[in-house]
Amino acid sequence: MGRTLAEKVWDDHVVRRAEGEPDLLFIDLHLLHEVTSPQAFDGLRLAGRKVRRTDLTIATEDHNTPTLDIDKPIADPVSKVQLETLRRNAAEFGVRIHSLGDVEQGVVHVVGPQLGLTQPGTTVVCGDSHTSTHGAFGALAFGIGTSQVEHVLATQTLPLAPFRTMAITVEGELPEGVTAKDLILAIIAKIGTGGGQGYVLEYRGSAIRSLSMEARMTICNMSIEAGARAGMIAPDDTTFDYLKGRPHAPEGEDWDAAVAYWRTLTTDEDAVFDAEVFIDAGSLTPFVTWGTNPGQGAPLGANVPNPEDFEDPQERIAAENALKYMGLEAGTPLREVPVDAVFVGSCTNGRIEDLRAAADILDGRRVADGVRMLVVPGSVRVALQAVEEGLDKVFTAAGAEWRHAGCSMCLGMNPDQLAPGERCASTSNRNFEGRQGKGGRTHLVSPQVAAATAVLGHLASPADLKPADPAANPVAVEA
Amino acid sequence: MEKFTTHTGRAVPLRRSNVDTDQIIPAHWLKKVTRSGFEDGLFEAWRKDEDFVLNRPERQGASVLVAGPEFGTGSSREHAVWALQNYGFQAVISSRFADIFRGNSLKNGLLTVVLPQETVERLWELVEADPTAEITVDLEAREVRAEGVTASFELDDNVRWRLLNGLDDISITLQNEADIAAFEATRPSFKPRTLPVA
Ligand code: SF4
Repeated sequence: MGRTLAEKVWDDHVVRRAEGEPDLLFIDLHLLHEVTSPQAFDGLRLAGRKVRRTDLTIATEDHNTPTLDIDKPIADPVSKVQLETLRRNAAEFGVRIHSLGDVEQGVVHVVGPQLGLTQPGTTVVCGDSHTSTHGAFGALAFGIGTSQVEHVLATQTLPLAPFRTMAITVEGELPEGVTAKDLILAIIAKIGTGGGQGYVLEYRGSAIRSLSMEARMTICNMSIEAGARAGMIAPDDTTFDYLKGRPHAPEGEDWDAAVAYWRTLTTDEDAVFDAEVFIDAGSLTPFVTWGTNPGQGAPLGANVPNPEDFEDPQERIAAENALKYMGLEAGTPLREVPVDAVFVGSCTNGRIEDLRAAADILDGRRVADGVRMLVVPGSVRVALQAVEEGLDKVFTAAGAEWRHAGCSMCLGMNPDQLAPGERCASTSNRNFEGRQGKGGRTHLVSPQVAAATAVLGHLASPADLKPADPAANPVAVEA
Repeated sequence: MEKFTTHTGRAVPLRRSNVDTDQIIPAHWLKKVTRSGFEDGLFEAWRKDEDFVLNRPERQGASVLVAGPEFGTGSSREHAVWALQNYGFQAVISSRFADIFRGNSLKNGLLTVVLPQETVERLWELVEADPTAEITVDLEAREVRAEGVTASFELDDNVRWRLLNGLDDISITLQNEADIAAFEATRPSFKPRTLPVA
C-alpha cells in the first residue's frame, strides 16, 4: 500500500523500532529560544552531558526581546535573565546563537526557513508549538516540551508515539482579497480547535499548490490551533525555487541529489488518509475571529453569532463566555466592531509578503485617529528587506509604528501589550484571553484586513476602502 | 539520574492530606531558569510558621517525607518534584499520590512509596516519638523498614528497573547509542547543518 508524505518522512528517520516501544526518530534540525530551553540545558549540566549535535542545533532570541531601544539594557528583569541564560548556555555548550542586534536574529520560525535550514523531508523540532510552520517545506515539524528539548540536545533523537493522517484538500482559486490566513482560519472554524488532535495534517489540492512559500508557512503555522501534531505541504518547484541559493541550501551535486529525493516526497496515489476534509477555495471570503479561541471565527461579512444558535452545549457556553470577555453583542455586524490597536507581525504573518500586503493598502492612506498600529517584522532580515523597499516609510507616513524584529505583541512577554479592555486586530495566531496583554481582546485577521481595519478604525477588508488619496501620505507623493 | 537501590534516613512527618503542588512550590517560583535552587520555595507558605514541622531543629537533615493521603494534586508542574529533591528528600511515603505528580517523581528519581494508611500512621507515631528514628526504603526488596515496622510495597517492574539502574529517558535512549551512530553514518550529505557558512 502507498504511503502518505508524513509516513515517508517518518519512515526515513526511524533510528530504532522495537515491539512495545515507541519509534525512536532522528531529528535533523533543533531550534531553540530563550523561554523553553533553560531547564533543558540545566538538566544536561547536572547529568554531565553534552549537546550531541551542535551542528544540527541553532538558537535565536525572540519571545522576550524588546522592539524599541534595542541598544539599551533590557528593562524587565525576568526577560533579561532568560536572554542572558540562553547566551550563557549557547556559549557553554557550543550552540550557534543569534542574539538581539545580530542580523540573523528574529522569530525562530521565520529564521529557520530564511536561512535555508528548513528543508523538505527533514524532521524539525523546537520547544514551541508553532514549529508546525516548517511543515510548509514538506518537513515533519512539531513543538516539544522542555524535557524533550533536553532529550534531543543529548541524543538528537526523540521517542515518538504514532500519529494519524488527515488530508485537507483545498480545490479551486482563492477569490481576490482572500489570503492564506483567511483560508486557515476557515479550516480551523470548520474542523474545530480539537479537530486535528493526534493527526498530522496534509494540505493539498490546486489552491494550496498555487500558494507562495510564505503563504504556505502561514497555513502550516496554525495547524496547532486545530490541535494537530503537525501540518505539511508536499514540496514542489515553488519550494525548490525558494530554497535555491539560501545560505544553508545544498549546492552543486548535493543540490541535485537533494532535489531528486525531495521529488519523491509526495503522498502516493494509493495511500489512505485516516480522515479527509474538503474545502472549496472559491467560496471563501475574508475571515476574522470573534471569540477567544482560533476556532471561533466567521466571515467578515457576518454578524457576531448568537450563543443560542450553537447546538452543542459546550460550544454554547464557550461562545457566551467569549462574547462576555470580548465585550461583544450577538447580532452586531463584525464590520462595525471598532478597534483600538492593530498588530502586524508574528511567525504567522510577519514575513516580507505580509508587510508588502499591509503597506500596499496603507500607501496613500492614514491610520484612523485613536488607533495605534504596530508593525513588527518577523526577523531582522525581513526588516532590512522592507527598508530596502521603502515599506517602513509607508508605515510611518501612514501613522503606524515601525518596530524591531521579535514576537512582540503576539504574546506580550516584552513591553508590547494591550491594556485591559483594549481591542486589537492582529495578524498573529492566538486570540486566547489575555494573550496580548491582561484583559486585551484579540481578533485574528490577515495582514490585508489588519491594514484596512487600521485605516477605517473598525474591522474591514480592503474592498471597503475608498481609493487611496496620495495627499494623505507624503511618501506616496514623493514616489 | 542517580541510582536508587536502598535509602536510610530520618523522617519528616507531614500530617496533612491533599497537599497540592501549589503548596509544594508556589507559582511565582516557576520563572526560574534552573532545575535547582527550589529548596527555599518548598512549602514556602507553611514555613513562615516557625512551628511548622520542617522548621523544627530535630528535623534538619531528614530525607524521607511521610505525608498524608492525596499528596501532589493540582498543577502538573515538575518543579514540585525538583523542590523536594533540592531540599534533600530522597523518598516520599503516602497512602495515595496524585497521578501526574507520581509520574513526574519517578521520572526524576524521587521514590514515591504507597503504603496503607495504617502503616503511615505507625510511621508517624514512631518518628514523632523519636525524631532520631530512621526509616529504610529498600527498592531492591520493595520494602519499608523501621523499628517495629516492616511493610512491602508495589512498584511497576519497568519503573523499578529504571530507578535501580538510575536510567532516565535519556539514559535509556543512550543505551541504543550504536543505533543512533549507525543512523548518523547513513545520512545523506545534502542534509542541512547549522554551522556558520562563509
Ligand atoms: S511570534 Fe508568537 S506564536 Fe510565533 S513564536 Fe513568537 S510568540 Fe510564538
